[in-house]
Amino acid sequence: MHSLVPVAAAEEGGFQPPTISETHLPDILPWMAEWGTGFGKQMLMVVLSIIVISWFFTFAIRRGALVPSRVQYFGESCYAFARNTLGREILGEKHFKPWVPFIFTVFFFVLVNNLVGAVPLLQLPSFSHVGAAYAMAGIVWFTWVGVGIRLHGLRYFKLATVPSGVPGWLLPLLVPIEILSNFVIRPITHSLRLMAVMLAGHIIVMLAGSGAEFLIVQQDSLGMNATGVLVLFGFVPLYFLELIMMVLQAFVFALLTAIYIQGAIEADAH
Amino acid sequence: MLRAAGEDANPLVPAFWEIIAALLGFAVLFFVVVKFIAPAFEKAYQDRRQAIEGGLEEAEKARSEAEAMKAEYEKNLAESRAEASRVREEARAEGAQIVAEHKEKAAAEAARITEQAQHQIAAERQQAAASLRHDVGSLATDLAGRIVGEALEDDARSQRVVDRFLADLDAEQANTSGAAH
Repeated sequence: MHSLVPVAAAEEGGFQPPTISETHLPDILPWMAEWGTGFGKQMLMVVLSIIVISWFFTFAIRRGALVPSRVQYFGESCYAFARNTLGREILGEKHFKPWVPFIFTVFFFVLVNNLVGAVPLLQLPSFSHVGAAYAMAGIVWFTWVGVGIRLHGLRYFKLATVPSGVPGWLLPLLVPIEILSNFVIRPITHSLRLMAVMLAGHIIVMLAGSGAEFLIVQQDSLGMNATGVLVLFGFVPLYFLELIMMVLQAFVFALLTAIYIQGAIEADAH
Repeated sequence: MLRAAGEDANPLVPAFWEIIAALLGFAVLFFVVVKFIAPAFEKAYQDRRQAIEGGLEEAEKARSEAEAMKAEYEKNLAESRAEASRVREEARAEGAQIVAEHKEKAAAEAARITEQAQHQIAAERQQAAASLRHDVGSLATDLAGRIVGEALEDDARSQRVVDRFLADLDAEQANTSGAAH
């Protein structure tokens, strides 16, 4: 993404919109190293999310009381959401039990890593960096392909790519499409959907921040300064929209994970 | 992966270490979930489920017990009510009988006493009348004999005189008492 206002940018003192590069701060370890070679802020967020999730859920269930406290009730509701809404509803009563931890982990790992993008000062959704999104989609891809092979053997690839009940002469056309859509496009869309939404949200945050800063601090006219305040007000609804998107994307990511696994488990059913 | 100076980073090109970080992070979290979180939550669910089921069973038992007790109590209550009403009915009948007996007895007694009294009164009256008649007769004849100076020996005659006198007396008395009325 290059400058949105190339002419103005060229002029001295014009507004410089933030660029993608600025979503990558210099790494923390080794200190101020160039991005991508050390331990950066994004990795810090990942570590933080692990600590937060582990701490919250073990804290919530530490007593395992029959009559739950408020914290335990909230924790149980979260767990029940991943277990029942994502797990049982999609995978079915028969298969869902062993998959609950996996779907739970996927959902809350993505959710918390998205939500750190809404926390002031942290404000970096981990999955706006495409590496993390690729990694998650890769884990899910290997999981469902692995499940398919384990349950159906190599026949799984035939089940997954050759649709049943289709006239033979159509197969040369359909099989490549199925291969492409199931094994190639699926993980790409799975990861890019998450990354793109998170990155867009992050850019909005940066844009609003730098725009407001430019209008308020760097402009002398009072009218310009007031417009900058308007930008801040306008950012509030966008912030809440972002919150919704963060939760929604985590939900969609985990839902698709469950659906892919379900498809692999019951590959011979269709 | 690495951006050249002045050029923008491609958002689709991942940083190698970030992939590794996400993989490792997921693995660690997954381990924690499998080892600690999921079993704890499942156990809590299981415990609660058992507690609720056990509680329901116990409640069901207690309920049926209470129901049996209530039926028993109601049966007893009905029995004792019937018993009480039977006793009351008996007592009432007995009481009525006693009252009737006493009434009858009292009435009979009263009738007897009245009759006896009437008899006695009648007898005494007759006796009194007889003696009075006799006394008055002899007195009158005596008196009259003395006054007249001759003995009214002729009983039959003197008797007639006395009778007439008495009859007059009776008539007079009846008149005065009639007038008094």
